[in-house]
Amino acid sequence: MSKALIELVKKNFPDAVLETHSQLGDDTIVLAPGRWKEVCRFLKDHQQSGMDMLTDLTAVDFPDRDPRFEIVAHLYSLTRGHRLRLKARVGDRDGDSVEIDTLTELWASANWLERECFDMFGVKFLGHPDLRRILTYPEFEGHPLRKDYPADRIQPLVQYRDVPNIDKVAPFGVDEGMSFGRQTHKRGVEDDDSRMN
Amino acid sequence: MEPLDQDLEESELELPTEPMLLNVGPAHPAMHGTVRIVMELSGEIIERCDVQVGYLHRGFEKMCERGTWSQVFPYVDRCNYVSPMLNNVAFALACEKMLGITVPERCQWYRMILGELARMSDHLTCDGAMAMELGAFTPFLWMIKGREMIWEVMEEETGARLTHSFGRVGGMAAPPTEGFKEHVRAVVKHILGIVDEVERLLLGNRIFLDRLENVGVISADDAISLGWTGPCLRATGVPYDVRKAHPYLKYGEVDFDVPVGSASDSFDRFMVRLAEIRQSARIIEQSLERMADKGPVNVDDPRIILPPKEEVYNTIEGTIQHFKIVMEGLKLPAGEVYSYTEGGNGELGFYLVSDGSGTPHRVRIRPPCFLITAGLERVITGQMMADVVPSFGSLNMIGGECDR
Repeated sequence: MSKALIELVKKNFPDAVLETHSQLGDDTIVLAPGRWKEVCRFLKDHQQSGMDMLTDLTAVDFPDRDPRFEIVAHLYSLTRGHRLRLKARVGDRDGDSVEIDTLTELWASANWLERECFDMFGVKFLGHPDLRRILTYPEFEGHPLRKDYPADRIQPLVQYRDVPNIDKVAPFGVDEGMSFGRQTHKRGVEDDDSRMN
Repeated sequence: MEPLDQDLEESELELPTEPMLLNVGPAHPAMHGTVRIVMELSGEIIERCDVQVGYLHRGFEKMCERGTWSQVFPYVDRCNYVSPMLNNVAFALACEKMLGITVPERCQWYRMILGELARMSDHLTCDGAMAMELGAFTPFLWMIKGREMIWEVMEEETGARLTHSFGRVGGMAAPPTEGFKEHVRAVVKHILGIVDEVERLLLGNRIFLDRLENVGVISADDAISLGWTGPCLRATGVPYDVRKAHPYLKYGEVDFDVPVGSASDSFDRFMVRLAEIRQSARIIEQSLERMADKGPVNVDDPRIILPPKEEVYNTIEGTIQHFKIVMEGLKLPAGEVYSYTEGGNGELGFYLVSDGSGTPHRVRIRPPCFLITAGLERVITGQMMADVVPSFGSLNMIGGECDR
């Protein structure tokens, strides 16, 4: 259906298109990461494509590949009723330098989708106005959807955030959240505070 | 007695005018338990706000990568705990798209009926909760009573009231029960009665209308840019419904309308949901007519469908087949697929990546609620503090789906 779109992008950006395929009716273009935003802007503004909605943006981790991460965006045109999947491959094997341009200027939905992608995979979206973690908390260590993050990993206890001029104590006293209240989950390490003697 | 502020020049007064920081949630009842909004108030007007989600994050997408494809079904159930059947069917359709199979006609009708019942229960819950949050408790009780009837149908069909885990790749866990059609007809009739009664009760209520009309307005362009779908987008006047735009199952063969709003305020979102309950009833009525009473429900493919229990216990072939599917999992061909259906809140998409083994490489759930909640900031900025509750309620944020 939208094979014409692939041709359109190929014609206008011959050097940005790395490969294309149309598996199971989903038309896909793999783009050079450097041209990501440029091609997206073209697809949004060009009359023949008219992609007014960024339905989804996520990443997939392929630990054996180099570049390791695939950024996957699904575009949809409400007026024309066609879809297109865009991909860009970024990052090295250690999971560093995973960077790509942000799409927040083009679609508002990119804001949270990119924040989630950053949270889960550690993809840095250059130029994003507010790249914070969204589903986990600021002190979270690592990026949970990476394949090298073990699913049963226990996160360390979070210290109290250092808030100036706070004259309140925690609802259950200053000991709230201390080790005798929670398990430490460290095997072989005896936590002295946790023993009531 | 002379007034106390006789020679008081108001301009000389140095009243403190710094904005107030107010934190609502995540444990506030109006935040449905899982969203925190930090607001900067100037008087009662919200100047700035930050919506924080993630309090219900349970790592579904990570857990999906640990089991087989069939073991994903209980997880998708728990993503949307108001209309789990729609999620079940959506995931089954995604896997079937990848396998290139189509389930028998009887199963397609069956899935549609159960799915539309789930949509009804979703909309009843949302509209009922909205009314309750504005102080109208009676409609809430009536609508929850209606939802209870739907859940009774579900319980009879699946054995579970809420988290059914009833979908299967290539079919359903069980065929329809004997009295299914009569049961559904009776329930739908009753629910339409409830909807009429609720309309009579609420739409003449001045307080209810004043709290909803022209509150929580968002333009159609903004909604599209934010990736809104479902009733919230349709309330802005954009008639996008996956069931009409890209029909799946048998939606192309039934006759129904896509209700749209015009003012794109909270009231329109309320009314679109009520109208959709009636449309669902139409779809169910036509599907019941056309669903065959006899015939297969599952595809006839031993690589996908578990053999009947008599064969498992009595024949070696059945035992092996059962063992292979349970232990290795059914194998989806290597590749990727994006499958989309109309969930309770909009386009529910599944982006699956398979490496050809029995375990998913990546299961991405495209949650409609996540993007709708992303737009909350835009909806409530500049509004009164008290308008947060109906605006947020009308978006029908489902925590499980938003945070996954």
